Amino acid sequence: MLGAREYQASNSGSDRLTVTTTNSNTSGVETGAQAPLLEVRDLKVHFPVKEGFIIQREVGQIKAVDGVNLHVRPGETLGLVGESGSGKTTVGRAILKLEEPTAGQIVLNGEDISDWKGTRLREARRHLGMVFQDPFGSLNPRMSAGNLVGEPLKIHGLTDSKSEYRRRVAELMNLVGLNPQMAGRYPHEFSGGQRQRIGVARALASKPDVMVLDEPVSALDVSIQAQVINLIKDLQDQFGLAYIFIAHDLSVVRNISDRVAVMYLGKIVETGARDELYNNPKHPYTQALLSAVPTADPVLERTRNRIVLEGDIPSPLNPPSGCVFRTRCPVATEECSEILPELQNIEGTHSAACINGDWYNRTPQTAGADSSSAP
Amino acid sequence: MGVIKAVNDVSFSVSEGETLGLVGESGCGKSVTALSLMRLVPSPPGRIVDGKILFQGSDLLEMSEQEMRNVRGRQIGMIFQEPMTSLNPVLSIGRQLREPLELHLGMTKQQALKKSTELLELVGIPDPETRLNSFPHQISGGQRQRVMIAMALSCEPSLLIADEATTALDVTIQAQILEIIKDLTDRIGTAVIIITHNLGVVARYADTVNVMYAGRIRETGSSDQVYKNPKHPYTVGLLNSVPTLDVDADVRLEPIRGEIPNLANLPEGCAFRDRCDFAVEKCKTSDPDLIELYDGHLGACWEHENIKRVIPGVTV
Repeated sequence: MLGAREYQASNSGSDRLTVTTTNSNTSGVETGAQAPLLEVRDLKVHFPVKEGFIIQREVGQIKAVDGVNLHVRPGETLGLVGESGSGKTTVGRAILKLEEPTAGQIVLNGEDISDWKGTRLREARRHLGMVFQDPFGSLNPRMSAGNLVGEPLKIHGLTDSKSEYRRRVAELMNLVGLNPQMAGRYPHEFSGGQRQRIGVARALASKPDVMVLDEPVSALDVSIQAQVINLIKDLQDQFGLAYIFIAHDLSVVRNISDRVAVMYLGKIVETGARDELYNNPKHPYTQALLSAVPTADPVLERTRNRIVLEGDIPSPLNPPSGCVFRTRCPVATEECSEILPELQNIEGTHSAACINGDWYNRTPQTAGADSSSAP
Repeated sequence: MGVIKAVNDVSFSVSEGETLGLVGESGCGKSVTALSLMRLVPSPPGRIVDGKILFQGSDLLEMSEQEMRNVRGRQIGMIFQEPMTSLNPVLSIGRQLREPLELHLGMTKQQALKKSTELLELVGIPDPETRLNSFPHQISGGQRQRVMIAMALSCEPSLLIADEATTALDVTIQAQILEIIKDLTDRIGTAVIIITHNLGVVARYADTVNVMYAGRIRETGSSDQVYKNPKHPYTVGLLNSVPTLDVDADVRLEPIRGEIPNLANLPEGCAFRDRCDFAVEKCKTSDPDLIELYDGHLGACWEHENIKRVIPGVTV
């Protein structure tokens, strides 16, 4: 079934409709034209914390990702936002199996790849691309730009001859706005923006269906940031790629995403279509995040009321009981320490996890509540 | 071989209690400007070849190293970008906080300890007594930056330089830190120079904004003037290339084309002309001076009369 997506990637200009039909015809699991390309079900990534020098004991677990569900369809961008330590990067890495999931499923084109290994996993990874945050650390300084871009072609055996390889490398470099004549240069000879373009070209080389972009622009200067954002958008239009865009910058995420998921301490606290979430944030954390984003308008800035959260994100080694956000939440009540809020639907695709929300239905947890709990 | 003019012909002034924003991308010379003010530019290779830094009437460049030490930390405080590397990793927070107090204000250890506790409380660090015994690696990035603020403001300086003080932090923590800086400096009456690449950060706090590009100030004005009616194409480009939450989300960003020029090899004429949509013949030969366009709003562009910011997706 993985082969089904090849059709789309090799026909660079093909429109999305043809692509999705091909997809649903071949994969029996999915129904409807907009079946998700990638689905993450109840993903958990826990890291053991060990103590002791020779005899190591496990003294606890860091629940970096704790029960995350998400999906992305062809040609769609899912924005994953959160502060550092929220687990957003771990989700991205777990999708590519760069991090071994503790529990949960990663379903790519209808197949669960979460326990795949070896050749099979490598084959699956061909359909997944990743762009990393640090354009300085993520490129091998001893490889030329051309070889960096072409390495995936070699690994997956995608080109038959040397001339074909060179042609593909040149094509990829052109695609991301780099002059193919620079293929012989080494990473240190490029600026940050150009390096990130190399990273994008490299991720595109195996014609992936899904790209995980982990903070691709946060290390770049503002004027260069916009260039790379536009490039990423153009490539999506051209190839119908599905993106998982991980970032902490809410304005960048708003500009690029179709849907957005907000993470806090390993959990998704709110998710929804972009405009629903940005125009009408329901979770107190999302509200605070949005109000903390500075805008380049002095008049608006001075009059705007800011929700300033107190304290830091708690340690994932020892997360608060109940709602993980309650220690910083401006509207937290006694109950928040007892009830673990679940993501509940508000309307449309918009969901949030807060027991104080007027949409929230506390049916199963509230034992002492009266009979009005069952709708 | 050559000379990099990291900062070239930069003039500005800050009055008591005023907040000045210094905005620009990496390599534009904003950090070197700040380091020069403190005479912290590593020499060699750096040299301040010309100019004056007048602080309360006296020229910092003519002071002896001994006199300068009394200015640094006592009269001018500085917060650096990297909260991880700007604190000493082998000394406890308390020991580092006490140092300026004992050195500059001649406090005894006991007095300094008491004052340190108060300072930590002021910047919102919970449980300050125990925190005094912690080391920098034991606290979070936001807390480290708060310790830096406490240190920089401990001697109640008349000027505070915040060099990308919130860049490495998350938005919610950034908001906390900026509010703390504003509150405390308002209370002491300290003037602040905020150095940042984030136009949003300065919009809320700065009275005056200087936009730097390739070592020179290209535009100066009150923040209202600069944001509402920018008169330099670089400022316009910067404003249009950042996505914001209050414009239509589907509007395509308009990046400034090209890359930041190499300072060792600047073209003749205006340094911005290769990336500029308004460039004319004259820009190739002569670099425009920073001139006053109207009340307090200065710009360095030959074509300043034709420059107007059109906010994408907003019709007025």
